[in-house]
Amino acid sequence: MKQIVGSLVLSVLSIVSVGAQETPVAFVNAKIFTISGKPIERGTMVVQGGKIVAVGDSRSIKIPDGAKQVDVSGKVLMPGLVDTHSHIGEGAGADGTSPIQPDVRIFDALNPKSGSFQKAQAGGITTVNVMPGSGHLNSGQTLYLKLRDGAKIVEDLAIYDKDGRMMGGIKFANGTNSLRAGGGNFPGTRAKSAALIREQFLKAQEYREKIRKAEGDPAKMPAPDLAMQTLVEVLDGKRVVHFHTHRHDDIMTVLRLKEEFGFRLVLQHVSEAWKVADEIAKAGVASSIIVIDSPGGKLEAMDLLMINGAALEKAGALVGFHTDDPITDSRWFLRSAALAVRNGMSRDMALYGMTLAGAKMLDLDDRIGSIEVGKDADFIILNGDPLSVYTVLEETWIDGKVVFDRSRPEDRLAAVGGFGAGLGRDVHLSCYEELGGQK
Amino acid sequence: MIVRTFICFAVFAASMILLSSSDLHAQIAVKAETVWTMNGTAISNGVVLIRDGKIEAVGSATQVRIPSGYKIVSAKVATPGLIDARTVVGLNGYLNQPHDQMALDGSAPIQPELRAIDAYDGREKLVEYLREFGITTIQTGHQPSALVSGQMMIVKTFGANLDEALINPFSSLSVTLGQSSIASGGRSPGTRAKQIAMIRAELTKAKAAKPDSPPDLKSDVWKKVLAKEVPLLIYADKAIDIMNALRLAEEFDIRIILEGLAEGHDLVERIRASGFPVIVHAPMARPTGDRENLSLETPSKLRAAGIPLAFQSGHEGYVPKTRVVLFEAAMAVAHGMSRDDAMAALTIDAAKILGLDSRLGSIAVGKDADIALFNGDPFEFTTHCVGTIINGRIASEAKR
Repeated sequence: MKQIVGSLVLSVLSIVSVGAQETPVAFVNAKIFTISGKPIERGTMVVQGGKIVAVGDSRSIKIPDGAKQVDVSGKVLMPGLVDTHSHIGEGAGADGTSPIQPDVRIFDALNPKSGSFQKAQAGGITTVNVMPGSGHLNSGQTLYLKLRDGAKIVEDLAIYDKDGRMMGGIKFANGTNSLRAGGGNFPGTRAKSAALIREQFLKAQEYREKIRKAEGDPAKMPAPDLAMQTLVEVLDGKRVVHFHTHRHDDIMTVLRLKEEFGFRLVLQHVSEAWKVADEIAKAGVASSIIVIDSPGGKLEAMDLLMINGAALEKAGALVGFHTDDPITDSRWFLRSAALAVRNGMSRDMALYGMTLAGAKMLDLDDRIGSIEVGKDADFIILNGDPLSVYTVLEETWIDGKVVFDRSRPEDRLAAVGGFGAGLGRDVHLSCYEELGGQK
Repeated sequence: MIVRTFICFAVFAASMILLSSSDLHAQIAVKAETVWTMNGTAISNGVVLIRDGKIEAVGSATQVRIPSGYKIVSAKVATPGLIDARTVVGLNGYLNQPHDQMALDGSAPIQPELRAIDAYDGREKLVEYLREFGITTIQTGHQPSALVSGQMMIVKTFGANLDEALINPFSSLSVTLGQSSIASGGRSPGTRAKQIAMIRAELTKAKAAKPDSPPDLKSDVWKKVLAKEVPLLIYADKAIDIMNALRLAEEFDIRIILEGLAEGHDLVERIRASGFPVIVHAPMARPTGDRENLSLETPSKLRAAGIPLAFQSGHEGYVPKTRVVLFEAAMAVAHGMSRDDAMAALTIDAAKILGLDSRLGSIAVGKDADIALFNGDPFEFTTHCVGTIINGRIASEAKR
C-alpha cells in the first residue's frame, strides 16, 4: 500500500503541469461513504485533473485505460472534512478600538506556513472556515481555505468563486465574549450588543439605498466605506454571517436579527441549541456545533451538552460541526461526530454534518462535501469505521493530491506529536532533503 | 431525548438524597458479560457480589451463586471504579468564575500549608460529571501553576460530605516546574534555576531544623516530605524540568511522583531507572507552551518501559473545564497502548501509585465495592458508562 501510494505521489507530482491530460487514478475496492447517497460497500472512485470523474460499485465502474490503480480494499474512503469554524493559521482580526469592524479581513493576518495547517490535514480536514475571534460583536471577515500543500502565500490556500472572488463569510458574536464592562464603545449589556449591531445594519441599508439611487453615476455614489461595503455584501447575501452564540436567549436574538435584516446565517457553537432546537429549525437556519468534553469553563457553556447534535437533527435543522481549533484539536475532528452519535445523533447525519452540511454552510456544496462525479477530489482514507477510536486516518487528499500520508515521517509527526510537531513546515526544506541534504 | 435526560437527572437527584444516609448499603449483584477484575484475566459472564460496601465474591456465573435479596444490576462490561490520579475538580468548579476557582492562591510562590480539604466542594457539578463516567476516586487539590501551590488529597466522588468521601487528606504536595510557575515583573521564581534554588532552600532549611523547633505550617509539611511520608507531585513537561525533578529527589532522598511529561518520550530510560511513577498529562492536552513537543505516544512508551503510570484530567483554565480520564486513556489506546494496560492505568496501577491498592483498583474480595458499568468497550467513542457503584452504593444510573 505504502509503495503504491508512494509511487502514485511521485507520478501525480510529475504530471501536474500536464493538467487535464493527467493520468487518471482509480481507488479500488474501498467502502465509500459518498454522503450524497448510500455507502458503497465495495466501491471504486476515479480521479483525474483534481476532480472525481467516476464513482460507483467496483463491479460497474470501468477503469479507464492507462489509469493508475490504488488498491484500497478494506479501507474506508469518504469526502474530506469541512471545519466550519477554526482559528488555525495564527491570524487575528479586529483590534481593541471598536466593537464592530467589518472592514478587517482575517486574510491579511494568516501565516500560510503555519504548522496548524498540517495538523488539520492530519485530522482529515480539507476545507476550513478560518475566522477572527469572538471578543467583538463583529471581528471581521472570515476566509474559506483548502488546506493544499506547499502554500507560500495565503492565495495558494484560498477558494475563489466563479467570478474570481475570494470566498469567505463574516464573523459576528453576541453574549459575554464581546461585552466589556466600562469598555468605552464596547457594549456592556446584551441589549446594547443587539442595538449596536442593528444600528450598523440600518446604516448599511441606507448605504445600499444610496448606491441604488446613484444608478451607477459616480458623482452620486456615497463615499467609499470599507465597512459599509462589506455589510452591503452581507445584506445582499454574498457573504454568510457566522454568528458566535451560546445561550438560548442569545440564539433567539440572532434569529430576530436575521429576520429583521434578512442576512444569510450559520449559527456557530449554539451551545444551548437543544433548548430552542425547534425555533432554529423553524427559522431554517443552519447550526455549526462544537462538542466539548465537559460542560462549563465559562458561564455560557454551562449547558453545552453533547446532546446538541441529536436535538437539532430531531428538530430537522441542518447540523454541521467545527473544531474552533485550538478549543478542540483539528486532529481529532472526527471524534466530535462520534461523541454526537454517542449522544443520540444518527451516524448518517453525523457524517453528513462533517462534510456536505459544512459545504452547504460555506456555499461550497457544488464543489466539495461528497464523493460525486464532477466534484473536487478532496477525500480521506481510513483503515476502518470513521467514528471509532481505533480507526487510523491514513491519507488526506485535496484536488487529487495527497497532502497527508501517515507513512511519511513528517506527516506522522504532525498527527502524533513529538519534537518539532508544532513548527511550520518550510517548503524549501523538503526540496533540500530530497536533494540529499541533511535535516 | 432531552426529556429522558431530565428524568435521569431527577432520578439521580432523588437517589442522591436516599442513598446519602449511610445505613443504606444495599446488597448488590453485578452481572456482566465481561468483568475486567484487574486481578487476573477478565471473566466472561461474571458475577460480582457486593455486601456492606465491599466486594464479597467475584467469579463466573457458574461459580458465584446470587443469594436471594440481592439487587441485580446488569451491564455488558464491568470494571473497577476508575481513578483520576490528578485533578483540581471540587476545588475548581465548572462555572470558572472567581468564586468557584479555589485551586490556586496567587499571593506567594511557595504555600505548602494550603490544604485541599479546606477547599473541596463534593457537590460541585464536575464531581458529579466525572462520577457519571465511572470515575469513583480522584486525587484532587491545588493546581499546577505556582511553584508549590498546595496539598493534594484523595476522595471518592460520592458522599454527602467530605468525611464520607475522604480517603487521604494529604496525599501529595503539588510542585510545578517550568514556564507555568515562572513569575513576571521581578518576582520570584523568575527563572528555572531560581525555581530549583527556592525548593532546595526550603528542603535544606527543613532538614536543618532542630527536632524541638516550634510548629510551623510550612516546615511541618517539608519535614513530612523529607520523612517520605508524603511525595512531591512534580509537574514537569520539558526534559530539563523532568531532569531537575529527578535530581531534587536524588539530592534530598525524597519520594516524588512525576506529572505532565510532555517530553517524557525522550527520557524513558532515565525515568524508568529512577523508579518513580508518572501521572502523564492528558493525551488531548493542548500542545502549547512547555507542552509544544508532546506526543500522543508518550503514555504507551512510558508504560511499555515498565514505568508505573496513571492518567490525569489535570487542570484546565477554560473549556473543557475538566477532562475525563476515560476519554484520555482511550486516546492513548488509539496511539499504541493496549486496552489492558490502559485499564490498568485507570485502576490498579493508579491505586498503587496513590498507595491505595489494598482498598482500590481491582475487583477482588474485601476491596471497596467501586465499580463502573459500560454498555460496550469502555474505550470506544460511542460506548456509554451506564452506571457507577461507589462503596457498594449505586452512585449513578445516568447513561453517559
